[in-house]
Amino acid sequence: MKPGRLHRLFTAWAWTATLVLVTAMAIILGFLISRGWHTLTPSLIFGEAPIWEAVTLVRPVFDGLFPALAGTLALVLTAVALAVPLGIGAGIFLAEYCPPKPKAFFSLVFDILAGIPSIVVGLFGFSLTILLHQLFGGRIYPCLLISAISLAFLVLPYIIRTTQLSLQGLDPAVRLTALGLGATKFQNIVHVLVPASFSHILSGVILAVGRCAEDTAVIMLTGAVAAAGIPKSLFSGYEALPFYIYYISSQYADDAELARGYGACLLLLALCLTLFGLARWLQRRVSQRILYRP
Amino acid sequence: MTPTQENIGRLAFAGAALTSCAVTLAILGFMAVLAWPVFHSGKIWEMFTSPWRPEQELFGLAPMVAGTVAIAGPALVISLPISLGAAYFAGILYPGHSWLKRMVQAMTAVPTVIYGFAGVFLLVPLIRQMNAALGPGGSGMCILAAALMLALLISPTMILFFLNSFAMVPRAEIHAVAALGADPAQIFLWAVLPRAWQGMVTGIILSFGRAVGDTLIGLMIAGNAVAFPQSLLESARTLTAHIALVIAADFDSMEFTTLFVSGLLLYAMTGLGVILSRRVGRLKGAQ
Repeated sequence: MKPGRLHRLFTAWAWTATLVLVTAMAIILGFLISRGWHTLTPSLIFGEAPIWEAVTLVRPVFDGLFPALAGTLALVLTAVALAVPLGIGAGIFLAEYCPPKPKAFFSLVFDILAGIPSIVVGLFGFSLTILLHQLFGGRIYPCLLISAISLAFLVLPYIIRTTQLSLQGLDPAVRLTALGLGATKFQNIVHVLVPASFSHILSGVILAVGRCAEDTAVIMLTGAVAAAGIPKSLFSGYEALPFYIYYISSQYADDAELARGYGACLLLLALCLTLFGLARWLQRRVSQRILYRP
Repeated sequence: MTPTQENIGRLAFAGAALTSCAVTLAILGFMAVLAWPVFHSGKIWEMFTSPWRPEQELFGLAPMVAGTVAIAGPALVISLPISLGAAYFAGILYPGHSWLKRMVQAMTAVPTVIYGFAGVFLLVPLIRQMNAALGPGGSGMCILAAALMLALLISPTMILFFLNSFAMVPRAEIHAVAALGADPAQIFLWAVLPRAWQGMVTGIILSFGRAVGDTLIGLMIAGNAVAFPQSLLESARTLTAHIALVIAADFDSMEFTTLFVSGLLLYAMTGLGVILSRRVGRLKGAQ
């Protein structure tokens, strides 16, 4: 082949591929925005109910996304509250205590956990429900708590990995100073190492929040329902934004409901992109601090 | 601080790690125990050969395995050249401009249910019209629609893996090849590829795992028909969608047990993918 021809071929290929990718994303975004932007009013969320009465739960919202938003919020908070202590603890153990051999095993296991499809985690949650249902004399049904537990398992590997990596990436000077001053290993971890990698760990937690907010497969098997209103307790069914979108796509009754589906898509997309942007911003701040250390 | 506190701290952290580990194994355990009746009754081979006809007591998963492969395979085939091209664009041609990389990173945050929704109301109607014009007809929910959306879903994973493995190649080698007068294509072929292919293969394997494990796109736009698909324009059902669709079955039925066989299969497929990708990552020449 003549010199330069390969270069031209590769360049053409790269431009075509990039153009295809950007166009595809632009078409999808443009489509959702063009169909959904006119729904972005307070009534998308609160329906006919006055905002204040809806937020203070005086009046239930029937034709808005408020119950789905509240469900997603409750779900994400519970799941993250369960996953964060476990994940950070495991990450600290891997980075600071674990000998090399078990460490290789743990990292394999957590890689596998990260790869398990979310529907399988959902199926696990579902079978957990059956087990608990039988253990507790039929009082446990698919509910918010079961979904939150399953989601916590789903995001656990992300939190473990960011914790482990950020601790391992710390500057040796940070690592050794407190020890040199006579601090114990535990004191060093709690008072120096974890605070020093706080924003990196936080970025992992925020990514986990985003993953919890967008997942549909887990919650559709473990307790999300189409019409539950505001979640009443950890043991009740609930609505969630991604499940609402899935449900609307196949079961919409009229154009108004379909339009709300587009609105819900835009809301969820904005939520996930904001969380993602926040996590990236935190990570960039961390790496800048590492690069421009005085 | 007392040594007791030190020990309690260590135990708590070790406990967290062991619990997380136990969760991974518990998921496998639950699937295995609940799928046990199938193994016990010796019906496991029947399950991979027979069709799915619950009314005749035939609960074969073969159509769903075929559906999964028929959707994830084309998705990979569509996504690979696009991801390779985009990674070449962002990593080799214009490494100084990072807008494409940022866009791809942001794409990882897009929920799959949104791809599914856009598929249902944008792609499927398009394919339906195309089909109506060309003859075959139908609802437009088909393997092609799901594969296209899935390709878009897995592209960011692949591109970011590619870019990462490009970035691991020692700069000195690239500069040396460039100093010999190589153009970007030659740099890519002779300096980057020999060093980066392991990382790229890892990315391809893990992306395929993502495609196999995705539920919503298959469920929403592949049509979910239980049959061996014959063409890209036919409907198919993935293993993941099968789990979502059959979950309401009677707890004691054989139908319900097949869910856990599907779960085990998915667990095994993605688990093997992870192990394989780690092996490839450690091959000679990898960074």
